[in-house]
Amino acid sequence: MAVRSAMNFFTRSSSPTLRLGICAVLSLALMVSDHHRQHAVLIRSALSVVVYPLQLVVSTIFVDLPRETISWLSTRRSLIRESEELRHELLVLGSRIERLQELEGENRRLRRLLESSARIDDRVLVASVLGVDIDPASSGLVLNKGTQHGIRRGQSVIDANGILGQVDHAGPISSTVVLITDASHALPVVLSRNGLRSIAVGGGPTGELDLAYVPKDADIEVGDLLVSSGLGGRFPAGYPAATVVRVETARAGSYAEVRLRPLADLRRAREVLVVFPSDGDAEGTDAG
Amino acid sequence: MDRPPVVPVGVIVASFAAAFALTALPMADWAAPWRPPWVTLVLLYWCFAVPERVGVLVGWICGLILDVHLGTLVGQHALGLGVVAWLARRIYRRVRLLPLWQQGLSVFGVVMVDQLIVSWVTGMRGHPVDALTHVSVPLAGAVLWPWIFLILRRVRRRYQSE
Repeated sequence: MAVRSAMNFFTRSSSPTLRLGICAVLSLALMVSDHHRQHAVLIRSALSVVVYPLQLVVSTIFVDLPRETISWLSTRRSLIRESEELRHELLVLGSRIERLQELEGENRRLRRLLESSARIDDRVLVASVLGVDIDPASSGLVLNKGTQHGIRRGQSVIDANGILGQVDHAGPISSTVVLITDASHALPVVLSRNGLRSIAVGGGPTGELDLAYVPKDADIEVGDLLVSSGLGGRFPAGYPAATVVRVETARAGSYAEVRLRPLADLRRAREVLVVFPSDGDAEGTDAG
Repeated sequence: MDRPPVVPVGVIVASFAAAFALTALPMADWAAPWRPPWVTLVLLYWCFAVPERVGVLVGWICGLILDVHLGTLVGQHALGLGVVAWLARRIYRRVRLLPLWQQGLSVFGVVMVDQLIVSWVTGMRGHPVDALTHVSVPLAGAVLWPWIFLILRRVRRRYQSE
């Protein structure tokens, strides 16, 4: 009887309740499998190819087209002004790079003297952020590059200002990014001023981060810069991540409450860089 | 029992594609909890109109696609929409007879069940859940229902063959 019912599952004659039961069991199995990043990942990859064209259409019609129209309508004068501003910025940045190159050389010489490994320039890939809203609970990003372009799960995603997040799932032609502000995300950081190590935990919908396990007497001030420490092997070391916006020591317990604001423009990022690990150890041990 | 008119599969698929596209529409932060449950509404319409073609299995597959679309856990919306289609199957005979605004009330209830299932899973994973969405999303669905119903009925009558 049960076998017969199961065989009728895909025919019209089986009861909706039986179908719901089977679908519910399958759903639960898939959820557990996806939570542990097992076989459900394959389903995600396959279906991401189906939904990507839809996401692309929405992004093109509702975000890219208005933006293109505005830039097309902008006058010659404003374009000239913009190009002048950009040229000035280029000049300033160029001069800064000249100084940095000198410092980098010096740094490399000193590191060689100390016999510690130097940080090699990381290889990056430019990806566009699709203008679509996804899960309100985690509000990640959708990128227009996938495994076809060499993207793997766990790679760091940065913009010009700092770390945005890491690749959560890489489909064949698109990928999703989990932001560092996501409540399930933790980023190992180091205070650039004094080398204090800690972990920046995402604050969820607040769009900010919290610094975990900082003693109340730690030397930390509003405005301090936190860079990735590279511990755990997931994020490359030395990329700026966030600044301290509030330090609260007046509450109970032995830890201070430290609020951080991400440096990267998480909400309005249009183009991002996906960092390829320089020594090939993409799979870290820290939880994503 | 007379033979029900046949709706082309293409029309149903196209309406779902439109619903998926609308779901991904970028919205301001304050408006995000009020994002209408487009896919649930379209699924409900087809469940009420052609229950012999669109049921639990279609709902479940739509849920899987929605999960990948939104980046939620695979199976989360699938479970929710499977239950939605099952509920629709149980109430469609009565709902069809109701005036549109009363249909909206039924839609409110069904969408709320969907929301509770989805946010239950979200909460279990330790992600924050916005309690407002338990009411705001069903409300947006109920308010939009008459329009969705009228538009899709027009589309269906135009393309269905006797």
